[in-house]
Parts: sequence; C-alpha cells; structure tokens
Amino acid sequence: MSLDKIGIAKRIAQELRDGWYVNLGIGIPTLVANYIPPGIEVEFQSENGILGMGPFPFEGEEDADLINAGKQTITAREGAVYFDSATSFAMIRGQHVQLTVLGAMEVSQDGDIANWKIPGKMVKGMGGAMDLVASADNIIVAMMHTNKAGISKLLKKCTLPLTGVNCVKKIVTNLAVIDIKENKFHLKERAPGISVQEIKNATAGELIIPETVPEMNI
Amino acid sequence: MNKVIKNKEEALIGIQDNMTIMLGGFGLCGIPENSISQLAKMGVTGLTCISNNAGVDDFGLGLLLQRKQIKKMISSYVGENDEFERQMLSGELEVDLIPQGSLAERCRAGGAGIPAFYTPAGYGTEISRNKEVREYNGKPHILETALTADFAIVKAWKGDSSGNLIYKATARNFNPMMAMAGKITIAEVEELVPAGELNPNEIHTPGIFVQRIFQGEKFEKRIEQLTTRSK
Repeated sequence: MSLDKIGIAKRIAQELRDGWYVNLGIGIPTLVANYIPPGIEVEFQSENGILGMGPFPFEGEEDADLINAGKQTITAREGAVYFDSATSFAMIRGQHVQLTVLGAMEVSQDGDIANWKIPGKMVKGMGGAMDLVASADNIIVAMMHTNKAGISKLLKKCTLPLTGVNCVKKIVTNLAVIDIKENKFHLKERAPGISVQEIKNATAGELIIPETVPEMNI
Repeated sequence: MNKVIKNKEEALIGIQDNMTIMLGGFGLCGIPENSISQLAKMGVTGLTCISNNAGVDDFGLGLLLQRKQIKKMISSYVGENDEFERQMLSGELEVDLIPQGSLAERCRAGGAGIPAFYTPAGYGTEISRNKEVREYNGKPHILETALTADFAIVKAWKGDSSGNLIYKATARNFNPMMAMAGKITIAEVEELVPAGELNPNEIHTPGIFVQRIFQGEKFEKRIEQLTTRSK
C-alpha cells in the first residue's frame, strides 16, 4: 500500500542524526518533527527566526509574537533562541543547518526543483525556499509521487518555473525512496506492498533500478 | 537624544505619495499595525512597499491594498491575500518577488553601506534573469543590490526615548534590518520608557538607526494560523 503523509514523514525522520539542526518546510515536512527516533536530539530551525521550535501551544496559551514559517502559533523549547531574518538566512546560506526537508511540485533527474509558482494560476512567492535549496548540502524532498491528475512529479526536466537547480539529493514519496546521482533517479526502497513496476510506471524521468529493492521499514 | 513623538499622526508626518517605504513583520507577526492604519487614514498613494508579506485582506498591508494606495510591492511571499492576487493578475499592482534571505540581506546591506553582494539563492531560476553571475568556490552566485527606503517603519516590544529597541520572540524578523535601511526610521513600540531603563546588554537595535519613536495606542496582534493542541 502506498504511504500516507504520516508514513512519508516517518520515513524521513529515519534520516535524522543526533546533533543536527534541521529546517522543515510547510506541509508533510512539518510532520517529521513528530517522529524523531528515540535517543537522538535534533533542533528545528524556522526561517522566520527561531531555533529550538517546540510543539503547538495548548489552547489559550498561544502567543501572536511566536509563530513558525507557516505562520502557525508554536512554542519554544528550553534553550531556544530568537533572531532576525538576516541572521536566520546566514545560518541557512552559511550551511550551519544540516538538513532541509521541503515539498515540491516537480523534481527533475538533475536535482532541479520547482515549488513556488504555476504561471497564470498561482503566484504566492518563493519565501525562503530559493535560499534554502541553493545553500543546503542535504536536501530531502517530501512529496506524492504523482499529482492529483496522476501525472508523475519525477521528471526528466521540470516544466514549472524552477526554485533551484542541481540541489535535491533524496526524494521520499508515497511509493519510494529515490536518490539523485549523476543526473539520474536511483530507486533505493519501495513502500510496503508497492512493486518496482508500479514505481517505474509512476516515474517519468530515467530510473535506475538495482537488482534488489528492499521495502521501507516504518 | 530625545526621539519621542506624541502619537502616530505626528510620527508619520512627511510620508508622501510615490515614496518607498519599508515595513517590518513576517506575516502579521511584528508588523507596525498602528502606523499602517494611519497610512490608510492619510490616503497617501503610489507607494512602493518593501515588506516580506502583504498582510491579509482586511489587516496589515491588505488595508492599503484595498484602498489602492500601493503601486508596487517588493516581497518574498504574498499567498495570504486575495485582493493582492487580483490586483497583480489584472496588472494594477507591480510585484517584485525576491527570495526571503536575499530580501533580508538586501535591507541589511542598504543600512550597512554595502551596495551589492553575491548569493547562491535564485541562481538558474527566473529571478536570476539579467543579473550578473559569478563563480566562487566552484559555485555560481548572482549579484543582488542593496535596498533602502525614504521611510522604514518598524515595530518593537520595548523602546526608550533614545530610540533603542528590543523585540519579542519571532516578532523581530525583518524589523532590525529595515530599521537600518530607512533614511528616516519610525519605530512604534508597545512600551516606551525613558533612556536608561533598558539594559544596554539586551538592546537589539541601537537608537542610532531610529529617528522617531512612539508608543502605539493599541495592538490587535491578529493571529494568521491559530494552531493549538488540547491538554
């Protein structure tokens, strides 16, 4: 069965390592914070200006001055720190953040990503996404393998305006874990019960398939 | 140096049609809401507003959009405002979307006397069109120029009569850089105290960057996405 959003978040959480600073984008990436593996400590950065982001506040304890990059009310953990936007992006551009997880509308086999604009339809802006993908060493994209119309989001070339080029290293979808190396998609793991053929059918770009493809362990 | 102004009416004197104004805030968090409502009342038009977001339909910069006071927005994300989208798609509103980190650094550079800088953000995308590209450490970067404004309007938690400012939590965001980049910087604060009452170790924006300071009458502090968990 293909994974739901929580399944994708759980699989990405397995990539977290002790001591990392992590920036989570809006949507599925935000859920990753709920599934930190036991015994490791990570700190979440939100680019509007906090390190050490905690869970949502209890009802009635929300503070309008304390939000995340999705404009949601949050809390600060012990040892948290607030800073201005220039300092925040110094952390990001200066590669002090070890992992960025974000969503995408399209990813190409070259590691290009598109997630900020659909010409003539949706113009919301890139927010911090362009700074994040241009700078981070370790970027994981969390997304569905196909769009609502069933069309693959893993392409030879992106068709939408790009957010960044040559930057995505790993994709976790509802069907598979895929690495990007040497301008090709490499199948690493399948979602439980999903066949290699199903993944192949849902991938428009060039997909390298090894002899054995293990199931994800979630 | 006493920079205290009695009220918002007097604090905003000198803002005229067609000026460029920076406004601090991220979403509705840390926006100078008293000054924005005063700008709406003044009816100045043709404004170029530099602000990370454009408010929502009936609060923040949305109030100025509604009244068609803004000619151009320079922002990184404008997704929360239907009137904005309508004016942009119909061509009534000019929009310059730039990456959030570049926006922050362009304001900082403007205030710090650095005319331009190279950043990797946006290389290979449509925002790098017509921008100078240069490789550093084997990686392409684009040249971004500094931003300044006729007026910068910022919001702080506490301020003193010398213009020193302290922000609260994530309401800090763009306010410190914009305070640096205004030819005239106006600070509206929740609590205004005499010089000497703030601890110099804890000040975020030194008063040299602030020309006028006033205590806001009322802060609604609207929440855009109220998210809670139950006990």
